[in-house]
Amino acid sequence: MLLIEDLQVKLGNKKILRHVDLEILPGETHILFGPNGSGKTSLLMTIMGYPQYKVTGGKITFKGEDITHMTIDDRARLGIGMSYQRPPSIQGLKTRRIIEACSKNGVDINALAERMNFTDFLDRDINVGFSGGEIKRSELLQLMAQDADLALFDEPESGVDLENISLIGNTINTLLQRRPDEEPRKDAKQCETVNTPSPFKTVKKIVESRLKMGLIITHTGFILDYVTADKGLVLYNGVVAGKGHPLEIFKQIRKVGYKECARCAA
Amino acid sequence: MRSLDDKAHEAKDKKAAIGPDIDLNTYSLDSPQHAAVKDLKVMPGADKEKMAFAGLDISEEGRSGTYIQKDAISIHSGSHQDGLEIIPIKKALKEMDWLKEYYWKLASVDTDKYTARARLDLQNGYVIRALPGKKITLPAQACLYLEKEGFSQNVHNIIIAEEDSELHIISGCASASHVTRGLHVGISEFYVKKNAKLSFSMIHHWAEDVVVRPRSVGIVEKGGLFLSNYISMKPVKSVQMYPTIYLVGKGAVARSYSLLVGSPGSELDVGGRIYLKAKDTRAEIVSRAITNGGNIISRGDIVAEVPGVRGHLECHGLILNGGIMHAIPELKGMVDGVELSHEAAVGKIAQEEILYLMSRGLTEEEATATIVRGFLSVDIPDLPAPLQAEIDRAVDLSQKEVM
Repeated sequence: MLLIEDLQVKLGNKKILRHVDLEILPGETHILFGPNGSGKTSLLMTIMGYPQYKVTGGKITFKGEDITHMTIDDRARLGIGMSYQRPPSIQGLKTRRIIEACSKNGVDINALAERMNFTDFLDRDINVGFSGGEIKRSELLQLMAQDADLALFDEPESGVDLENISLIGNTINTLLQRRPDEEPRKDAKQCETVNTPSPFKTVKKIVESRLKMGLIITHTGFILDYVTADKGLVLYNGVVAGKGHPLEIFKQIRKVGYKECARCAA
Repeated sequence: MRSLDDKAHEAKDKKAAIGPDIDLNTYSLDSPQHAAVKDLKVMPGADKEKMAFAGLDISEEGRSGTYIQKDAISIHSGSHQDGLEIIPIKKALKEMDWLKEYYWKLASVDTDKYTARARLDLQNGYVIRALPGKKITLPAQACLYLEKEGFSQNVHNIIIAEEDSELHIISGCASASHVTRGLHVGISEFYVKKNAKLSFSMIHHWAEDVVVRPRSVGIVEKGGLFLSNYISMKPVKSVQMYPTIYLVGKGAVARSYSLLVGSPGSELDVGGRIYLKAKDTRAEIVSRAITNGGNIISRGDIVAEVPGVRGHLECHGLILNGGIMHAIPELKGMVDGVELSHEAAVGKIAQEEILYLMSRGLTEEEATATIVRGFLSVDIPDLPAPLQAEIDRAVDLSQKEVM
C-alpha cells in the first residue's frame, strides 16, 4: 500500500505540493488529473524519490515503511518504478544494458521486447533519437523488466500514435494485472482475502488477489479508453482537489474545466 | 646529402614540439636477453595476464599471427595465414631489400629526440604486411612488453596493406607488474595502398611512472581505408602522441578513435591529425576522454587542401574527480568547397542520468559506472565485430581496475 499524508514539497524555493493526501491500496490503480503546472509530475517524482523535490512536511509510507527520506534506488528496490515522459538520453548506453540492469532474475528481455515491438531498439543508445512513442515503449519495457509493485506513469499516451496507443494501454494493463473490461472496484478495502484451493480463479478472484498498484498521469484522457482504473484524483494548485470515479471526473473536466471541477469536488 | 644517422645525431637533444620534456639519459639502453617463446601458453602467468590487458590472445584462436617483444628482444613472431607476413624489423632490414623504400620514408628522424633515439638505438619492432589482394580478416596481434625496470624501449614498426588487401592489427603495449619506471618510444609507419583496408587498434596498459612517446605517420592511397584506434585507460606518467595521416588518393578515408582515462599523476597529450590531399577524401577524428584527476589534452586537427573533401572532429571529455581536460580541436580549410566540422564538449555526468538509472534500482556507484562505460562505448564504423568486441573487452577490464 502507498500512503501519502499531508505531503508538502518544495522545488527550489517554490512550494509545489501544498497538501496532498493519497492512499493506493494493493491492486488499485488511480488516475491523476490536473492542468499544466498543477504538480502532477512533481508528485510522481517525489514518490520516486528525486532529491530536488524537498519534502518539507508530511509522510510517504510504502509497504508499511516510511520512505519519505529514502534514496531513489532503495525505493526502486522496494518496488516503486516510474515511466517517464521525457527521460534523459544517455550516449553509448545500450537500451539492452539498462533493461538487463533493472531486470529481476529470469526476465526474458528478448521476449518482452518482441511483445513491445521494440527488438530493433535494444541495441540503440537509450532514448537517443527516440520518438515520443518509442520513448514510451522503452519506458514500459523497463518497467516490465523491473516488475515494480507500484508503477508511476507520467502521461503514457503523450506522443504516441494511434496505432501504438492500444499497445501502450494493453501493456499498462498487463503491468498492473488488469483487464481492459473491468469495472472500478467499489471499495477495495472490503475485498476478502482469496483463499481458494482451485487453481482456476474467476475473474473476480483474480481482480481481488492482484497486488500491483498504479498511478497514472493523463492530460488528454486517451489512456482511459484502454486502461481501467479504480479512482480518479484532481490535483489543482498543489492540493488534491477532488476524488471520484475516473471516467466521471474526466467527463466533468471536459465539461466544465479543471478550475470548476476542482471547486465542485472540493 | 646528410645521412639519416647524421640528421638523427643532430636531433639527439631536440625537444618535442609539445608535451613534457624527458631526460633520455636516465633510462637504460641495455636489454637483458630473453629466450624465444614458441608456445605462448608457457609464458609466466603474470606476463600473460598483463599482455591480455593489452589485447593479446594467448590462445591465438581467432588471430592470424602474433609478434611479441620483451624489452629489446623479439621473443615470438609468426603468421598463421597465407598472405600475411610478420617479421621482426631488424631481421627484415637485413633480409628484405625492398623495406628501405618504407623505412623512415614517412616519419622523419629529426622530428625530435625520440625519433632520433629510435633511429640511433633501434631495439627492434615489427613489420606486418598483407600481400596484394589478400584479405586477412582475422586480426594479427602484437605486444611490446617492458620487463626491465628503467629501460628505454625504442621500436620501429612498419605496417603495409598492399593493394586490394585487408589487414587488422591489435597492437598492445604493457609493462610487467614489477616495472614502475620506463620509457617507450615507438615509431610506426603505415602504408595503405590502393583500395586496401587497414585497421590498427593500439591498447596501452602501462605503469604509473612510464613515459611514452609514439611517433606515427600513415599514408592512404586511392580508395583506401585506415582506421586508427587508441585506448589508454591505465595510469601512466606521460603519453604524448600526435599521429598524422595523409590521404593522398581519391576517395581515401581515415578515421581515428581514442578512448582515454587520465588517473591522478597521469599526463595524456593525445591527438590525431589528418591531411585531406585528394578529391573525395574523408576524415573523422573522435575522442572520448575521462579524467579521474589526471591532466588530459585531447587534440584533433583536420587540414583540407583540395575541394570536395569532408572532415569531422568530435572531442568529448568528462571530468569525474578533479583533473584537467583540455580539448583542442582544429580545422583548417585551404580552398573553397570543403566541409569541416567539429563538436567539443567538456563536462560532468548529468545528475539527471544518474538518478534515472537509480530509479531502475542501480546504486549511485553502479549508475555512474554504467554511464561512464556508455561514454567510452563508441561503435567504430567499418571495424570488424571481433575487434570491436576486443576493444569493448579492454575497456571493460580497465574500467573495473581504474574506476
